[in-house]
Formats: sequence, C-alpha cells, structure tokens
Amino acid sequence: MWQGFSIRPDQGSTIAQGVDHLFYFLVAIDLFFTAVIFLTIFYFALRYRRRSEREQPEQIEGNLPLELVWTLIPLGICVVVFLWGTSLFIRNSRPPAASTEIFVVGKQWMWKLQHPEGAEEINELHIPVNQPIKLTMTSEDVIHDFSVPAFRIKKDVVPGMYTTLWFQATQTGKFHLFCDQYCGTNHSLMKGYVIVMAPTEYEQWLSGGVRGGTMAEAGAKLYDQLACITCHGTGKGPSLVGIYGRPVKLSDGSTVVADEAYVRESVLYPSAKIVEGYPPIMPTFKGQVTEEQLLQLIAYIKSLGPQEGKASK
Amino acid sequence: MTTAAVNLDSRAHYLNADYGIKSWLLTTDHKRIAILYLVSITLFFLVGGIAAVLIRIHLIEPNGAIFEPGAYNKLFSMHGIIMVFFFLIPSIPAVFGNFLVPMMIGARDLAFPKLNLLSWYIYMVGGVLVLYAVIWGGVDTGWTFYTPLSTTYVNTNVISAALGVFIAGFSSILTGLNFVVTIHKMRAPGMTWFRMPLFLWAMYATSLIQILGTPVVAITLALVALERVFHVGVFDPAVGGDPILFQHLFWFYSHPAVYIMILPSMGVVSELITCFSKKRIFGYSFVAFSSVAIAVISFLVWGHHMFVSGQSIYAGIIFSALSFAVAIPSAIKVFNWTATLYKGSVSYQAPMLYAIGFIGLFTMGGLTGLFLATLAVDTHVHDTYFVVGHFHYIMVGGAMMGYLGALHFWWPKITGRLYPDGWARLAAAVIFIGFNLTFFPQYLLGFLGMPRRIAIYPPEFQVLNVMSSAGASILAVGYAIPLVYLIWSMRYGPVAGPNPWGAKGLEWETPSPPPTENFPQTPVVTEEAYAYGK
Repeated sequence: MWQGFSIRPDQGSTIAQGVDHLFYFLVAIDLFFTAVIFLTIFYFALRYRRRSEREQPEQIEGNLPLELVWTLIPLGICVVVFLWGTSLFIRNSRPPAASTEIFVVGKQWMWKLQHPEGAEEINELHIPVNQPIKLTMTSEDVIHDFSVPAFRIKKDVVPGMYTTLWFQATQTGKFHLFCDQYCGTNHSLMKGYVIVMAPTEYEQWLSGGVRGGTMAEAGAKLYDQLACITCHGTGKGPSLVGIYGRPVKLSDGSTVVADEAYVRESVLYPSAKIVEGYPPIMPTFKGQVTEEQLLQLIAYIKSLGPQEGKASK
Repeated sequence: MTTAAVNLDSRAHYLNADYGIKSWLLTTDHKRIAILYLVSITLFFLVGGIAAVLIRIHLIEPNGAIFEPGAYNKLFSMHGIIMVFFFLIPSIPAVFGNFLVPMMIGARDLAFPKLNLLSWYIYMVGGVLVLYAVIWGGVDTGWTFYTPLSTTYVNTNVISAALGVFIAGFSSILTGLNFVVTIHKMRAPGMTWFRMPLFLWAMYATSLIQILGTPVVAITLALVALERVFHVGVFDPAVGGDPILFQHLFWFYSHPAVYIMILPSMGVVSELITCFSKKRIFGYSFVAFSSVAIAVISFLVWGHHMFVSGQSIYAGIIFSALSFAVAIPSAIKVFNWTATLYKGSVSYQAPMLYAIGFIGLFTMGGLTGLFLATLAVDTHVHDTYFVVGHFHYIMVGGAMMGYLGALHFWWPKITGRLYPDGWARLAAAVIFIGFNLTFFPQYLLGFLGMPRRIAIYPPEFQVLNVMSSAGASILAVGYAIPLVYLIWSMRYGPVAGPNPWGAKGLEWETPSPPPTENFPQTPVVTEEAYAYGK
C-alpha cells in the first residue's frame, strides 16, 4: 500500500517548478492565516472564558481602523497572488515558435495521438526530452480533459473546436496521463502515459514499425480521394497554396486568419465563411471525414508552401 | 420526566395546537412547515450520506472495492444531486429561515403562508422524482449535467433527474420571494433594518440569490431536455450547439448556489458567537454588508469553473480577479467574529463549539479557494481531488457546521426541550476531527494529480485514499450521534424554558415551543440586535 507513496508530485516539465513555487507560497499564506485565526480564537477562548453567569462584559461596537487593516491586508495579498498567478499563466499558455506539433483526438474512452511524421498511438504519447511540444486537441464526442500532473498542465478537449497545450519535458521517464473531465461510463479507464525519451531513442522509436507516411502525406492522399483538387486546383475555388497562417479576405468584407479552426470549419461548414470573389458552391464534408482525417488535411494544407504548387496545378 | 411533559402541554403552543397527519400536511404555520422541511431534508441527507459512505468504501482499493465504473458514476451523481439540491440548498433557509424569519422580526407568520406550504409540496415532488431517477436506473452525469454528455451520450435517467431539479428550483424561488417580502413588509414596530439580527441579513442576501439565480439553472436544464428529446441544437456541436455555453449558464447559477449554502451558515454563526460571548457583534455593518457584497460578487465569478475549458485567456484573467474579490468580504466576516470574542464572557455549550468549528473549517476551505482562483495553480489542480477537498470544506465543513450549530441552538425553542450538552459537545468534536481526517488528505491527492470522479486510481494514491475513508467512518459516527440524542430529547429532555442560553432576540422572548401566533401581542423593538450589555 505504501509503494510509491509521496506527497510531492514529480516535476517533469519546465513550467512545473514555477507553478510549485506559487503553490508553496499559497500554502505559506494559508498556514499563516489559519494559525493567526486559530491561535487568536484559542487565546480569547481561554483568556475570556465565562467565570460567572452574572458577568457583564464590556460592549465594543467595532473599530474602523482595525476593519481597514483586515480589509486592506488580505486585499494586498490577493493582488500579489493574482498578478503572480496571471503572469505565470500567460507565460505558460504561449507555446514557443519552435514547438513540435502533435495532434490529440479524445473519444470515449481513449486518447488517440498522431505525430506529424505519421506515427499514431493510443493512450501512450512518446516525446523527446527538452523539446517544446505543442498539442492541438479536439474530441469526437463529449468533453474530455488532457492532464499530465507531472507537467502541471491541463486543458479541456472539446468537440467542435481546437484547444492547445504546450510543455517541455525536463526528464525522461513515464508519467501519468489522465482524463480530468468526467466523460461517461469508463471515464476512469481513459488514461495512459506520456513517455519521455532521450532524443536519439525518440528518433529510433519514430522510425520503428510500419508507418503509412507523414500526416501531411496522408492528408495529400485524402485531398485526392475527396477530389478537393477539382475546385481548389482549377480556380473554381480559392487556391490553398500558402494560405495557412495568412489572412483571408471574406465576401462580407472581413478578414480571418487561416488557422486550424478556420480550415476545420471550412471543410465541415463551408458556407460559414465565404472567400471573397468565389461563389458559395462547396459541399460540406461533414460525416465524410473523421477528426483525425481533418487533422491530416490541415497538416497537408500547412505543408503547401507557395513554391510547391501541388494544389494549384 | 413525566412532570416535564405535563409542563409543556399545560399551555397551548404550535405543536399541540392540533394533532393528526392532516394538521401537519395542510398546515400554513411557518413553524410546522419548518418541521416538515426538517424531516424531509434529514431523509435526503441520509440517502446522500449512504452514497457517500459507499463511495469512500469503494475507494479503499485502487481498482475499486465494490462497484463497476458505471455503477460508481451513478453513485457519485446521486450523492451530488441529492446533497446539493435537496439537502444543502434548502437546509438552513427552509428549516431555520422558515422558523425564525417571522419570529426574529416579531411577525405572526411569513407574508404568504399558503405559498410557503406550496413550496414544500413543490420541493417534495421534485425530490421524489429525483429519488426515483437516482434509485431506479440511476443517472450518471454527475450533479453538473455537462453537455454534450448529458444531452447526447448517456442513456440514463437524465430527463427525470433534471426535471426533479427543475421543479425543486421553484420551491427555492418561492421561499426566497416569501422571505424578501416578509422582511420588507412585516417587521415589528421599531425593528429597523440595522436592528435586525445578522441571520436576517444573511437570509435576505440568500433569498436574492435564490430569486435571481434559480431561474437560470431552470432554463438551462430545460434546454438540456429540449436537446435530449427533440435534438434541438443548443449545446452539442454535432447538431450545431456550443458545449461551453452550457457551462456558462450552469455556473451562472451554480456558483452563487454555493453562497446559498454558506451565507445562511454565516448568519447563524453571527448569532451563536454573540450569544455565547455575551457581546454585541464586532463591526455590525461590516458583517451585514459583507453578506450583501458576497451575494453581489457571487454572480460575477462563475468563469473560474472554466479556466481550463477553452474559454479565452482574457476571460480567465477577469474571472480570476473577481474571484479574489469575493475572498475579501469572507475574510472580513472571519476577523469580525474573532474580534467579537475579545473581552467577552465566553462559554462553550454545544452550539458554540459548532460555531467555532465553522470558523475553523471555513477558514481552511476559504483559503484553499485562493489556489483555485489563481490561474497558474488552478491549471494544475482543476478537476482534481483538491477541488473536491476545497468545496467539501466549504459546503460540508462550513454549511453543515452552521446547520448543526443552528439545530443545537434553536432546538430548545423548536421542541421546548434540552438535549444532553455533553453528548452534543462530544459529537461536535468527533465531527470536526472526522471531517479533517476525511477531507485534508484530498488536498494532497489533488496536488498529486488524482482526478475527481474516477472509480479506479493508480496504486500510489492508495494510502491517502484509505486515510480519507477512515476519516469518513469517524465523520459518519459524528453525524449519527446527534440523531440519537436529539430524538431522545424530544421525549425525555428537560424542559428548556423560553431562553435557556440567555440570548437576545425576539424569538427568545416568547415561550418554548412558541404559541401558534408566535407573540401574544406584537412586540415593540427599542434596542439594537445583540444588546447584551443591557
């Protein structure tokens, strides 16, 4: 029963220590105020215990300076903790530009993970140590939550939208991966491990086994199968070459950045945003592509640099 | 003992005014309705408590000692739905609010006595429907009914459970309305707003939340039913809805609902601390207005349940700041209660022990709330046992201690008899110790990363889970003791007399149990609340 017992979680990522420092600071504040309140109550309780039923204690109405003191001191502490927690949160929310992207699809009751190189896994995520990793996540059904306590990270995985998380592991090893959002019958079983490997081992792991090509290649195949090219390669629809991450002008005069959410929406709900100068003729592919295939299509569109020109030929 | 019985019945009071089941089920006396609520919420507490006991037994083993995951899910859903909607929310308002609001302001009854009885019937209809839903077939959405899980993916009794909560909500709205009108219109001559006992300020603030918040959760649950039955796309993205919208709507009510549970307890504690230190409250207006401030701010903090939901970072920052803001009035209350003891004449009968227990547990629960308001830390402990520990400290440690304090303080007024104080003090101590043993380990489990609502957990979490379960067995004993001696006291307890604690307040100026009309003639108030110096 005592095996593995500890009251401090592993610190497995670059952000873990910063979060822990703030956590312990809060523990210190808690202990301080709990001690102040408890000791004061105990002291008053003993010092002013009722000695006779006829006692008539002096009546005190209140004390304005004292009220101000115990309003302003907690307020000051709250401001400090708020600013500290918020700045740390903002820093921890922004993935570095050089992150490796991995895609996560949650479904009842498993985690499906895709590496850009094509490797796919279930409930296990292999990653290299000391390398920033960005997760782009969505769900096929209900809301899940991707949580790795050792990394101090967590984010809901929501159907119909993409959420992101990032982390950089600082030590190799095997760390718990949980679903932290209750998601139905086998919620308890929706768990796995993040396996952090030395870079060379990771390369070996990536190249091992039989793979069907990179995500972008799988996306290219889909692109052909779904005959996207009949419009997007002929001028009937807008060219997709080099659009990823760029602003797109829409028919209602607004612009939108072509990110994952935009591409996803355009495939599933093509009439939601119409590119300026093109008729709204695209059919929906809702029900024809899975969430994983969508991610492959996105990977393919991302890979279309201006000079490759495959989609426009 | 028999002479005591004769003494109590030698005059007419609300308990012997009439006999028979009809005299209870058709009563419009606020005191009798309070007792109807007392009996019914105790039954709901027992059902929810049995579920809690089974949960803790199950979690002794990492692979689960008793249930399949699916059955476990139904169990914690049942525990949450019953305890939140059918015990904690009605507890102090429906029992002690009903009994005391008219008595404390010197009125004969609430403004709308028939509506008051109707509220109880509505509550019972909702309650019976929910009992049916959770016992025959069960519901496995958790008490939070998150979409699209609840609207599309589970095959359990979601509709009947949601309908039960929906119906019970009207009871809460009508009770709140009744209290607000009563406090505005029926105060005895001389009972100005700032002469009111702080319990009434707390009930007033609570009533506002009930009136303003409950319709929102009712609409939300109706939309869940609409989507589930008719597939109208509101929350499920597969039919064009937005799952996050549900969370906004749900927490817009359910966060203020936490203050429906805790504000009345805070009101109770103000009554108890003053009485058992024979002192007026320190900083009356600060304590009174902090109740109102809590009620107002409570409507603006719901987004802290959604820091990791995918809501925008900027929304998170604003909700974080507002959540810290609600800590301030809570701190003000704790400091003022502590200062009230200063130079007092402090005695330690059972109600006082519950009040001090409340301050201790509420302090520990409130301070851990700071962790959850802090964005970077919440990201780690959100949806873990840290949250479970935190809200149990507030809702069980705080609200339940306040409820038991109220029960022990006003029991002699309600029944006319005293319970054995030694046993009551023992129970208070056992509950305080059992409570901490149960829920403190959960903070550690949460920091280690154990998710909430799981039936199976990694073996390294077993030690702390076993500690928690062991504590729960002590806690259960603590809750069982009062049940025994309170029932015993109804027949064998010594006669209490009108004011056994030497307390101030109009309710203590009338005999125990009070006559049906509360006061022989309308009292005239000439002094402040807590005038212990006079």
